[in-house]
Amino acid sequence: MSLLAFQRDFRTWLGSEADDAAARIGAAAKPGLSVYLNNYRGQLIDCLRESFGVVRAWIGDDAFDGAAAVHIEQRPPHSWTLDAYALDFPQTLERIYPDDPEIGELACIERDLGMIFVGSDTDPLDQAQFADVDWEEAILSFVPTLRFLPVSTNAAAIWSSLTADERPPAAAGLNKPATLALWRDGFAPTFRTLDEGEYDALNRLRRGATFGALCAELVDIAGETEGATLAGGMLARWLADGMIARIGSGS
Amino acid sequence: MLTQHQFGLGLRKPHYADFLDTEEKVAVDFVEVISENFMVDGGRPLDVLRRVRERHPVALHGVSMSVGSADGVDQDYLRRLRGLVDAIEPVFVSDHLSWSRIEGFSSHDLLPLPYTSEALDTVATNVLRAQDVLGRTMLIENPSSYIAFPGEMAEWEFLGALCSRTGCELLLDVNNVFVSASNHGFDALSYLAGIPANRVRQIHLAGHSQGQELLIDTHDQAVPAAVWTLYAAAIGRLGPVATMIERDDAIPPLSDLLDELDIARSIAVGGRRRAA
Repeated sequence: MSLLAFQRDFRTWLGSEADDAAARIGAAAKPGLSVYLNNYRGQLIDCLRESFGVVRAWIGDDAFDGAAAVHIEQRPPHSWTLDAYALDFPQTLERIYPDDPEIGELACIERDLGMIFVGSDTDPLDQAQFADVDWEEAILSFVPTLRFLPVSTNAAAIWSSLTADERPPAAAGLNKPATLALWRDGFAPTFRTLDEGEYDALNRLRRGATFGALCAELVDIAGETEGATLAGGMLARWLADGMIARIGSGS
Repeated sequence: MLTQHQFGLGLRKPHYADFLDTEEKVAVDFVEVISENFMVDGGRPLDVLRRVRERHPVALHGVSMSVGSADGVDQDYLRRLRGLVDAIEPVFVSDHLSWSRIEGFSSHDLLPLPYTSEALDTVATNVLRAQDVLGRTMLIENPSSYIAFPGEMAEWEFLGALCSRTGCELLLDVNNVFVSASNHGFDALSYLAGIPANRVRQIHLAGHSQGQELLIDTHDQAVPAAVWTLYAAAIGRLGPVATMIERDDAIPPLSDLLDELDIARSIAVGGRRRAA
């Protein structure tokens, strides 16, 4: 048997425990193949357990392991990094629990926080440069880990309660869909819920709008005083949250 | 480059604070980390590794290169590893004589190879490619295995041939020799006698567990007496080699592992006396 044929048989064994593949690998190979099968499945289950501890706490160990077994059967790992194996698990949970959308959303939060944990670094913002900033022309660059996640349930509140070892609220739908911003402040992954106006503002700035253009738009919508206050408030919060990486000039 | 009589530990998360938050450096000559845990864009893991590197020489030990894959090594993997090598300047870069990936499937386990001339061609091609991308010589580790094949070569002959064809060097895992010898019924001392002694740059020591029918390489307990005995034999044949203890599960306090490392030190000194 060629090396390639042997490795294909081994892959088939790990994926489906096919007896014919096992027999081709070797007449006396079964005990050893069982060890490799245990290692393979154990490694993947451990990866999912470690990556989705909050989901596990929410649905319970048995339900979690059942979902993990389905995922392992349906989604063989493909990347050299085990981290990648966690990426598709939220979709598996969404399929298994279509009537409990908070489960999939919890999993998305955990997955994204995991990705952010090892996302690109950025130098700390030098606040000394603020004195020279022409805010009218200022271009805000956000930390490279900043990402958005649409939610329709109170998964964020459940996540926060479970990670604080508090009694979580019952699952519930939101009055209207919302967006979470997730990013890393220093080395700490974090997130919070955005209102519609802040989400729109962040999107405009990420597409290259100047801070002056954002202010002008908010003034148009909310009036001179209220618009300027809104823009200033958002800027102050983004700075305090560690969301901004750099302030450049558009001119 | 590490030379002689160096002793190290595998750096694991529960011991990060021991290695970083104390004024006095931990009494090891080097630490070894799992390469893949640090082949990331940024964040705390890389920061920890950079700070540890300021205090200790670091060896990079991989588990996912898959030098035995019939369809070659993953270029993205090699590129990422090269980036880490350039950043850390490790004393050793190692991976296993095994395969884990084929045609888009990745098992994340160290799967066994039949020791045939075809497999040797494949592994040699892959190791040469890896060394080319990394710009340095690799160390290849003998795995624990749970299936024996009617191959054309013994594992030690395969490793010797691989060294000759690629210039690679060896990471001898003494526990893996013990586990495979027990599982497949070969003589561990013959294994030690058969490997090219002048190519062994590093030694791993670890513990194992008794499975239903086979010994399993679990790294979840202290180095057992039989492995210490084999280590003494290895040092007697090889002379001083950089030695470290791997512990990946049921990780004890750092002081326990340092005590174990002292056993390695005393055995190595005894082995050197015998060799002299």
